[in-house]
Amino acid sequence: MRIVRALLMLLSLATAAWAAAAPAALKAGVFEPPRQAPEFALRGSDGSELTLGRYRGKVVLLSFGFTHCAAVCPTTLATLAQARAALGAAASAVQVVFVTVDPERDSPAQLKAYLAAFDPSFVGGAGQPERLAAMRKDYGVVARKVPMSGGYAVDHTSSIFLIDREGKLRAMMPYGRAAQDFVHDVQWLLAN
Amino acid sequence: MRIGGAIVVRVLSALLAWMALAPIEAESRDELFEIPAGTWARRMAGDKVEILPDTIRLTLGLNDVLLLKNLDDVPQVFGPVLIMPGQSFRLPFETASTYSFACTAHASGAMNVIVEPGPAPGWPALRWRARQWLRRVA
Repeated sequence: MRIVRALLMLLSLATAAWAAAAPAALKAGVFEPPRQAPEFALRGSDGSELTLGRYRGKVVLLSFGFTHCAAVCPTTLATLAQARAALGAAASAVQVVFVTVDPERDSPAQLKAYLAAFDPSFVGGAGQPERLAAMRKDYGVVARKVPMSGGYAVDHTSSIFLIDREGKLRAMMPYGRAAQDFVHDVQWLLAN
Repeated sequence: MRIGGAIVVRVLSALLAWMALAPIEAESRDELFEIPAGTWARRMAGDKVEILPDTIRLTLGLNDVLLLKNLDDVPQVFGPVLIMPGQSFRLPFETASTYSFACTAHASGAMNVIVEPGPAPGWPALRWRARQWLRRVA
């Protein structure tokens, strides 16, 4: 009996050690336990109301930005387009949502034209400043206007939120990660 | 006296050689920061509670996972994320680089995570161990 107990203890220790050494399931930062992603209702770039519930059953990659962004947003959107292309048939189970942090300049039409340059399936979200600010608060996103010569830019959270098929906020990918990391995580979320 | 000095020199040499050449094994790869229970109440009472430094240094293969936990009973913006009560956020890094996150908790408006390559045997390993020991003492 003692031998069995000792073996079981050894097995559990080995399992714990393996778990500690095993690579993380997701490349993104993981929320544990995951919470339900906050719902929102915005003016969609496709002409209809943009809600999170509309994409239940899909993995949603949610990012915040603005069409006048010089570097961060184009890089993020190009990476997401690349990831979506690499996913092949599974891309149909993924929706990229890009919510503006610059409601003064970003209308649904402006967002549509901008996003089409990356991937026509991407959907943008615009709306009243108060509504967008409330959504940012729900997701812990920051956005701050920065005056520049001839106008302004917006400093904003550049991470991308990963929402699973049940609408749970599972993870957050920092800016600058490779398309392959998104492919890995989307595939994992679709399979689990 | 000379014999005593020689022994000290040998022991020190052996220690330095071990620090420089012995493989480095981390007990955990998590760099943990926690918001303790009652933090919000303390802040409301006027306490200036600083938990996250504005620069965090991680080392690939050794402590390359940023782990943030909210043990308080209200949601908290913790570095780059909003974390619910009892929730954790675990962010692994696989590439050495400097990562900058927008963060309202710091006066600069940003938090940097500097991820360095794992130290090679020799002087880098010795320096890494010395820095870890100094951190523990501080």
